[in-house]
Amino acid sequence: MAVLKVKFTKTKRDKLAQVLWILNWISVVTGAILFSLGLFLKVEINKRGELMAERDIQYVPNMLIAVGLIACAINFLGGKICYDCVDTTKFLRWKLIMLPYIICTFFFTFCVLVGALMCYSMRGELEESLNLGLTDAIRFYKDTDTPGRCFLKRTVDLLQIHFQCCGNNGYRDWFQIQWISNRYLDMSEKEVIDRLRSNVEGKYLMDGVPFSCCNINSPRPCIQQQITNNSAHFNYEHQTEELNLWMKGCRQALLEYYTHIMQSIGLAVLITWLFELSVLTGVRYLQTSLENVLRQGDPNSESDGWLLENSFMETARTNLNIIKSLGKNNHIHTSNNGDPNINVPSTSKAHYGPDNVPPKQITEGS
Amino acid sequence: MAVGKVTFSKAEREKLAEVLWLLNWISVVTGVTLFALGLFLKVEIQKWAEVMSEQGTLYVPHMLITTGLAACCINYLGGKICLDCADTNKFLRWKLVMMPYIICTFFFTSCVLAGALMCYSIRSQLEESLFLGLRNAMRYYKDTDTPGRCYLKRTVDMLQIQFQCCGNTGYRDWFQIQWISTRYLDMTSSAVVDRLRSNVEGQYLMDGVPFSCCSTFSPRPCIQQQLSNRTAHIHYDQQSQQQNLWRRGCRQALLDHYTGIMESIGLTVLLIWLFELLVLTGVRYLQTAMENVLRLGDPDLESDGWILENSLAEMARSNFNIIKNLGKCYQVDDDPNINIPTAAAEREVSSRQVQVPVTG
Repeated sequence: MAVLKVKFTKTKRDKLAQVLWILNWISVVTGAILFSLGLFLKVEINKRGELMAERDIQYVPNMLIAVGLIACAINFLGGKICYDCVDTTKFLRWKLIMLPYIICTFFFTFCVLVGALMCYSMRGELEESLNLGLTDAIRFYKDTDTPGRCFLKRTVDLLQIHFQCCGNNGYRDWFQIQWISNRYLDMSEKEVIDRLRSNVEGKYLMDGVPFSCCNINSPRPCIQQQITNNSAHFNYEHQTEELNLWMKGCRQALLEYYTHIMQSIGLAVLITWLFELSVLTGVRYLQTSLENVLRQGDPNSESDGWLLENSFMETARTNLNIIKSLGKNNHIHTSNNGDPNINVPSTSKAHYGPDNVPPKQITEGS
Repeated sequence: MAVGKVTFSKAEREKLAEVLWLLNWISVVTGVTLFALGLFLKVEIQKWAEVMSEQGTLYVPHMLITTGLAACCINYLGGKICLDCADTNKFLRWKLVMMPYIICTFFFTSCVLAGALMCYSIRSQLEESLFLGLRNAMRYYKDTDTPGRCYLKRTVDMLQIQFQCCGNTGYRDWFQIQWISTRYLDMTSSAVVDRLRSNVEGQYLMDGVPFSCCSTFSPRPCIQQQLSNRTAHIHYDQQSQQQNLWRRGCRQALLDHYTGIMESIGLTVLLIWLFELLVLTGVRYLQTAMENVLRLGDPDLESDGWILENSLAEMARSNFNIIKNLGKCYQVDDDPNINIPTAAAEREVSSRQVQVPVTG
């Protein structure tokens, strides 16, 4: 009735212990890799931290870092245990710890799986965060004299140059905000005053973009001003011109970049999870076979190893009963001590006087 | 009289052979490192090959690549030889090969040294090459429709953005060439025609620079046109001017970049050369010690090892004599005009001498 029962001879047990020792050490290395992947993701997110609005996305790299460290610790302990399991006398040292260790590792492996799935689910929040962050960054582009925003111009310029993108959704985002500070506008010029008056909020809006939007693949020198005005430039038609500026929006570019990173990391974590699961299965088989050997008495005989002693349903039922009786014990104690109103018949015998004769029943009419 | 004589016991000889075997394998790894450094330098030079005039600078990475491959082969062979040298019987196999091997390795080691010194001496040639190359690149910046020069604009823009530089010596170099193609100039406009007529060669010169010269550190939006006219832009003071464009010239930027790379490579190659010299000295001692042991007859005896059997001067003299004798042998055989008295003529002279006293 045991789940997946396998017979183990002594040599097979020894071989299993040795193989598991090596696999545990490989798992320590994969735990270190997981840790470094989490660190890498954290550094990449912080690099562009200025362009992201809220920071709810930090939980993914933090989870990966924590899981990586725990994997190193758990697998290091597992390596020591498996190394000692070759010798039955040394196994007695670890006998009581092994079952809790296996249960802990099972829950930890579940955390690894959750970490892998989180990597794929982060995309939606990241997009929202980038959208708000980039809108603010473009709006504060001109505020190079405001403390806290001095380097936003440089960050946005470097972003557009490096990721070959322009604006939030496209280059037209620059037409809707004032990206030239009033410090650099000649207020005595009529043209400037007209433009400032031409919109409700008094902003200097123009159909021009910063230099970092310029496409290096363009065969002609970059057209940054009067982009929508075909007659302002010789031989230029802005509807069909695709090589002049970067066409992609920076939100799309950054999202693709981070999605690519997180898909790779998610895949690596999934593979690590499968590996950890196989190591856990091996350790469980080793534990059950060694315990059975000890039960039989002869360390050189064959023994059975299994995943679960009874079927899955029975194990679940017994565990549930254990938990319920734990709860019931608590209940009975409190009702005995706490509630005086329960009519609990006492077990002591009634004492009916010195001759111990129960009283006659009084009948009517006698 | 031997140079650097050291006495070796049997155990010391075997230890030396083992250590040399290990060092030879480490030298194989350093040979691979040399090869990789040469490859890296070649890739780096090829990256910006469009802005360099001749490709004469490629001989340095080629030298490093061939030296690295030769080092791997030579040290691999050396490793096999040294492994066998621990046993006197196996040494007999290699006895005849070892002297030529040591001479080859000596010349090869001097090639490594030459390679290291080349890394340091290439600077002036590189500067000249960059000067001419960048001047041409800027001149052909506008020719994006000419086959062979289509991507020069992109290369120059990427160079100026990545190395944070502008022009050849500075941003003013852009004022002296026409970098806007006539395809994009409105020839009907009087301003354009005036500007074209204002100089001898009929070029459209302006005090403006391409967008890739713009500095990302500037607090104000980039000013690319009318750079010499202070009044054209508001609050365009000295500090704004300093921060507006990249100040460094691209020749200086690229030169610094390549000099840094080649100084590091040169230092590494020098260290590798010292290591190879050490291994060569050890192999020489092992060879002489083993040969002396064979001469003595008993493999378990102590023997001497040296670098040169006689002093350097005597060695040079004897080698010189050998080379002279080689030359002399050829001379005696070929020249028929030398008067060499034959044995028959001598007999004739002596018989005439005998006849004279009989008649007198």
